[in-house]
Amino acid sequence: MTAAGSLHEQRHSLLVRVAHWVMALAILIMIGSGWRIYNNWPILPFSFPVWLTIGGDPDLSYAQHNESGTANAIAWHFAGMWLLFASFALYLLNGLLSGHFRRDFLPLTPRAFVRDFTAALRFRLEHRLGEYNAVQRAFYWGVLFAIGMMVASGLAIWKPVQLWWLAALLGGFDFARVVHFFFMAAIVGFLVVHLALVALVPRTLRAMLLGRASEPAHPAVLAEGVD
Amino acid sequence: MGAAKPTFRRPLVDEVQRRHLLRGGLSLGALTMLTGCDVSDEDGVQRALHAVSRWNDRVQAALFSGTRLAPTYPESAIATVYRYNAYYAAEDAPEIGESTYRLELAGMIGDKRPWSIAQLHALPQVSQITRHVCVEGWSYVGKWTGTPLSVFLDRIGADRTAKYVGYECFDGYYGAIDMPTALHPQTIMAFSDRDGRLAPRYGYPFKIRMPTKLGFKNPKFVKVLYVTNRRPGGFWEDRGYNWFSGI
Repeated sequence: MTAAGSLHEQRHSLLVRVAHWVMALAILIMIGSGWRIYNNWPILPFSFPVWLTIGGDPDLSYAQHNESGTANAIAWHFAGMWLLFASFALYLLNGLLSGHFRRDFLPLTPRAFVRDFTAALRFRLEHRLGEYNAVQRAFYWGVLFAIGMMVASGLAIWKPVQLWWLAALLGGFDFARVVHFFFMAAIVGFLVVHLALVALVPRTLRAMLLGRASEPAHPAVLAEGVD
Repeated sequence: MGAAKPTFRRPLVDEVQRRHLLRGGLSLGALTMLTGCDVSDEDGVQRALHAVSRWNDRVQAALFSGTRLAPTYPESAIATVYRYNAYYAAEDAPEIGESTYRLELAGMIGDKRPWSIAQLHALPQVSQITRHVCVEGWSYVGKWTGTPLSVFLDRIGADRTAKYVGYECFDGYYGAIDMPTALHPQTIMAFSDRDGRLAPRYGYPFKIRMPTKLGFKNPKFVKVLYVTNRRPGGFWEDRGYNWFSGI
């Protein structure tokens, strides 16, 4: 993906961009509605601020439906689910069949990861547009795995009888809820880092929106001035 | 759902005023987070969500197997306390008189003569130790004993080709299930739980216990049972919860 000569270029196919943005929307819906559902029966000693959740105005819902908006949140969750299924499947299939994963996310060795991760911690990791370093590659594999686990644990919670084997594989109904929460937190963590890095290298946003972006080939160092 | 939640906490006017205040505050969050409590309350959005919910009913009906049994557990797994849950306090649960109770039958049923508790108790019974899963997210393992609903439906000459079995309860609760779930071997008219005869709060004289559905689809103190091809609503279903609610 790196252009020969004096330019680094990033390209994203239309398919990747559509899958990315639909998945982004779906994940926001799933997290927002999921937090409202969580609030109804928290498994940890805290609740999410209602204004950060999806499910309508709780007071209005009390007045109209005698419940706090869980019904609405569940309706959002099980609608967003289809968006997530579709975009995730599209992204995976395209990534596997087009060679995108093999070309851009591989190879990934522990040695390269340690090298790049250490460099990142010292703010000395270079970012070349169109080329993913080992930390980025690990992050993308990680978030894909996390989304896969969200789908699996979500199905186990939704259908602990019809898909009893899946629930059993994930440690039973109650533990599947914990798994579901854990990978939600992992995805939120990914989003924070992902968005922070986009803010640092805004050209990547341009590439994900318009399909391509480029920069001169003398690489910038992230967060210059930090030693 | 929310046993602790009072029905209406404040007068409606008060409620509406608060709502406007709250909404003003919420719109900021909605803008930044794309979440939108305001968006969620719009009619168009609600209609779209309802359409997807109906689609999900069909997906769930397709996923449902009439022969796949819910996992069962050993006696040692039974919860020490069965969680009480309704939209009113446990003391307000209807107390049914043993001698006066009659189960009324209606709809596509051959013999609609009402049934007394003694008659019901004379039917064959089975026991199950299964997990009760609430839509709120909690669950517990409990033991229930009673007559398979399919046995009773046969006894009263119900039309097994009909689509739905509906119920109305003594507390005003109402709802319905699909016929395949009604005929599932673990769907039982439970007269007793681990502690013996069902306590009023748990649904005396019987609750319809089905481990293949979320808890709120399991009605207590059933007053009327009917068979129909027209899909009935339900207490929580009419308040936005998914109709099929299979697990």
